[in-house]
Amino acid sequence: MANDREVLREIWDGKLPICFQLDQEEIMEIQQPDPFYVMVPRLSYFPLVTDKMKRHFLRFISQENADNEMWLDYNGQPLKWHYPIGFLYDLYCGNDPQLPWMLTVHFTKFPEDILLHCPNKDVVEAHYMSTVKEADVLKHRGQVMSTMQKKDHNQLWLGLQNDKFDQFWAINRRLMESHGDNEGFKHIPIRIYADDGVCNQRLVNPKNTDGSRKVLQQMINEIYPERINVKLKTHGIVLPLDTPLQWLSEHMSYPDNFLHLCLC
Amino acid sequence: MGDEKTSEELSVGPENVKQDCDQKDNGETGKTDKVKIDILLKATGNAPIMKKKKWAVDAEKQIGWIMEFVKKYLKLDPDEKLFLYVNQTFAPSPDQTVKNLYECFGTDNKLVLHYCKSQAWG
Repeated sequence: MANDREVLREIWDGKLPICFQLDQEEIMEIQQPDPFYVMVPRLSYFPLVTDKMKRHFLRFISQENADNEMWLDYNGQPLKWHYPIGFLYDLYCGNDPQLPWMLTVHFTKFPEDILLHCPNKDVVEAHYMSTVKEADVLKHRGQVMSTMQKKDHNQLWLGLQNDKFDQFWAINRRLMESHGDNEGFKHIPIRIYADDGVCNQRLVNPKNTDGSRKVLQQMINEIYPERINVKLKTHGIVLPLDTPLQWLSEHMSYPDNFLHLCLC
Repeated sequence: MGDEKTSEELSVGPENVKQDCDQKDNGETGKTDKVKIDILLKATGNAPIMKKKKWAVDAEKQIGWIMEFVKKYLKLDPDEKLFLYVNQTFAPSPDQTVKNLYECFGTDNKLVLHYCKSQAWG
């Protein structure tokens, strides 16, 4: 179970300054809209933090597009709403940091082949809960999530949605416990992304065959035997290669209980 | 279970599946450079069963593509909902690849996916 509480708090408090600008082609007013600046939690999802921004821009676009689904891009790269914001920043902007992060807002030309639709926040919740369940299948054969009550699931989601650390961790700590007589999870929920966003998910054991704790470098050797000098970044940090995977999973996972690591 | 013994290749778009699926030739090797993964599609709840349950699909295909395929195969209306589940537990994201799921949740050299027309497992 996670016990370096300061680390959990630091990760939770991570924020990104973002500057939203409306796509020039969509501005229908003579007067240009001001850019919209906001600090957002790295752990959150865009649909949870963009209501005000959307209202700000709505009056500058053609009213026939006002009911369209809004979407975002960075440098021409559409941003998937179902990935955590901090992860998207690390993936697309991590090697050449830019603050504030300049994003473009669109109400037309939804890139159907790249983005999933997000008609409302319930869809974000469903996606989030499903990912937590998947992580629990990997860690505990799904036993923690299946024995939790509906109100616990709700508390997890509301804690994330409302940025309430204590509310969230009161439930999430149960998902971070080790079961049985062995220290550690059955497998580590982990997704590794190349810089083009392609995700690699593998079954990763927190221990080596001799029972010793597996560290990041050993996992890299297993998954990328042909590559040298592999570095992995998450929460804006290049991870030390001697970090044990079990510790990493307990402390550096996103609220969806997955480690989202960027290859760099 | 008899119809699960052979896989058919799902190398074409769902719209052509009935006509163009060719029988998998177990003796032949190296006929394609694309890695195929066997998936087993099982109906649950109120969903109609598929006559052919086992299919070989490109490893890089996404879950959303499989969902469209099943919907076409079952002749569902485009706006009818279809849910896919892994381990009868979670609904993978439509942009997740078959390969990633197989690597983590595959059993007996195949990936089992349950489908239904209403939400089954949360």
